[in-house]
Amino acid sequence: MDNTILRTEALHAYYVLDVYGKQKILKAVNEVDLAIQEDEIYGIAGESGCGKTTLLKALAAAVEPPLRVMSGRVTYRIAGEDVDVAALTPEEKRKLRLEYIAYVPQGSMSVLNPVARIRDTYRDFIESHIGAHHKAEAYDLAKEHLTELGLPLKILDAYPHQLSGGMRQRVTIALATLLKPRIIIGDEPTTALDVVVQRGVVQLLKDVQRKLQNTIILVTHDMGVHANIANRIGIMYAGKIVEEGSTDKIFGDPEHPYTQYLINSLPKFGDKTPRESVPGSPPSLANLPPGCPFHPRCPHAKDICKQEMPGFTQVEANHRVACWLVGEGEHGQAA
Amino acid sequence: MDKLLEVENLTKTFALGSVLSRVKITAVDNVSFFIKPAEIFALAGESGCGKTTTARIIMGFEHATDGAIIHSDKKEAKNEKVWFTEGIQAIFQDPFGTFNPLRQVERYFFETIENYKLAKTKQEAVGRIDAKLRLVGLTYEDLAGKYPSEFSGGQLQRISIARALLTDPQLIIADEPVSMVDASLRMSIVNLFKKLRDELGVSVLYITHDLATAYYVCDRIAIMFRGDIVEMGTVEQVLMTPKHPYTQLLRASIPEADTAHRWQGEIKLSDTEQDEYLRQGCRFAGRCPHVMDICRTTPPPDFEVEGAHVSCHLYAETRSG
Repeated sequence: MDNTILRTEALHAYYVLDVYGKQKILKAVNEVDLAIQEDEIYGIAGESGCGKTTLLKALAAAVEPPLRVMSGRVTYRIAGEDVDVAALTPEEKRKLRLEYIAYVPQGSMSVLNPVARIRDTYRDFIESHIGAHHKAEAYDLAKEHLTELGLPLKILDAYPHQLSGGMRQRVTIALATLLKPRIIIGDEPTTALDVVVQRGVVQLLKDVQRKLQNTIILVTHDMGVHANIANRIGIMYAGKIVEEGSTDKIFGDPEHPYTQYLINSLPKFGDKTPRESVPGSPPSLANLPPGCPFHPRCPHAKDICKQEMPGFTQVEANHRVACWLVGEGEHGQAA
Repeated sequence: MDKLLEVENLTKTFALGSVLSRVKITAVDNVSFFIKPAEIFALAGESGCGKTTTARIIMGFEHATDGAIIHSDKKEAKNEKVWFTEGIQAIFQDPFGTFNPLRQVERYFFETIENYKLAKTKQEAVGRIDAKLRLVGLTYEDLAGKYPSEFSGGQLQRISIARALLTDPQLIIADEPVSMVDASLRMSIVNLFKKLRDELGVSVLYITHDLATAYYVCDRIAIMFRGDIVEMGTVEQVLMTPKHPYTQLLRASIPEADTAHRWQGEIKLSDTEQDEYLRQGCRFAGRCPHVMDICRTTPPPDFEVEGAHVSCHLYAETRSG
């Protein structure tokens, strides 16, 4: 059975900038095919500036100039039907947000209104999405929701500055899950947090997913977080997904040289053997090298790598790699 | 024992709130440690644990409320200030914030050379800059005439290190040097510290919340919690067999990049920071799974357990018995 809830087909999303009358194009998302399933946590990992956040914006239908979707499409599966996101009107998109798809953006701790109590923020959300309610009714709903998530009720009366960063982050996640969305998109939800608090936030995300049986798309550059909660991981490099597989495969048996570097550079406890960074620097999205974008940093680069981007090779079910070393591959749909 | 820098009973209090509702917060409470020559010493803990305040006091940006910082060869130096700034250089967290975006990166190098009169001619200055840049895997050519925006975060951080090396310091204070650098480039910075220690004999005070890199690069580590050092010893002692319940929690919370070591069970998060600072007795008592009555009333003294220093009442018996 096909459980795909969100699909992208040959998605290209570029930033089109006007620099002193000259057009400058940043290829932030460059031919991405994804098929994200129901009831899974899908992790996207990559260096900063590889297009992770842009991809999420395209997935959440939050594309605004200068970002433009050049070609390809994003489809949601809503009640058994595929809906093309580009065809939605702004009003329809607004309806879908929070009810069907919730987006927790980067630095979401600061989205809370500093002069409103958490209670009032909750009321805003409830009124605009469920309809006009009595104050008391909205308050009850908020209380019920927080209890379900195991957060203390006293935070409803607090102003955002009275809460710690971790608690604010958990409140924004709680708000995002208020209407039980089918898809939650989180952009670096734990990056600015301490490890202990990070664990608490990840714990909350996991609980939410288990309760709602929905889909979480999680972007973070912290491979440790991916190892702990993702079911599948997509490795992104210079606007492309270069490898995708189950978490165990990506960590245990990575095939793409970039993934291998990424995994091998992570320090582990009890193991002090020298570790190397990925050599070189990430390429500029405005001026991508021809062929495979990783070839200038790749120790195994061959002639063909400099000329042509490889397609995906299906190494085994649920594990695909775009690298000439592994196979010729083919461009096209994600499984 | 040979000590390069010794910090003795350092205390720093800040006052919060207005005149009427003033609360005193002890950000650093009676902290003592020392750094040996050619050693990487980590000061680790969560944000708000006082690690950055400690570093700022050592660098002279803040005045300590109480306590002393003793430099090993203070007497030899003609002037403490000169020894101090030449001997201790700093690297900061945000490589993009370190450099003014409208200023060429090389200006920072020439400025340091001028301030310390490290070269007589421009040629000599360029030679010195080039030599230091080569230590971090760059050359003067890579840098000449360029602005900070032309470098990646990892490169800028390496440039910062090269600039710090200009005065041939004995100690580099690195405040969260890799937290803003991509995971894929982090190791290049961390490996550099190892190289400086092994080849130049430079000590590094490595301030971080990332215990995995601390384990990888450091010799000794001190774990801070709400202003106290709760555990101190070699990284093997502290991180592989943590004794203090807080270190154990911290260690268990690190997301390990290894699917075989996933998190088990659930944890309890703190009350607000302020409550913990103001707590009588042990500051971890509110969250500690092994809390006893004495923990809520008396601050724990320092016990020596298997070579490591631990402040926790749990280890009181090992000392008496």
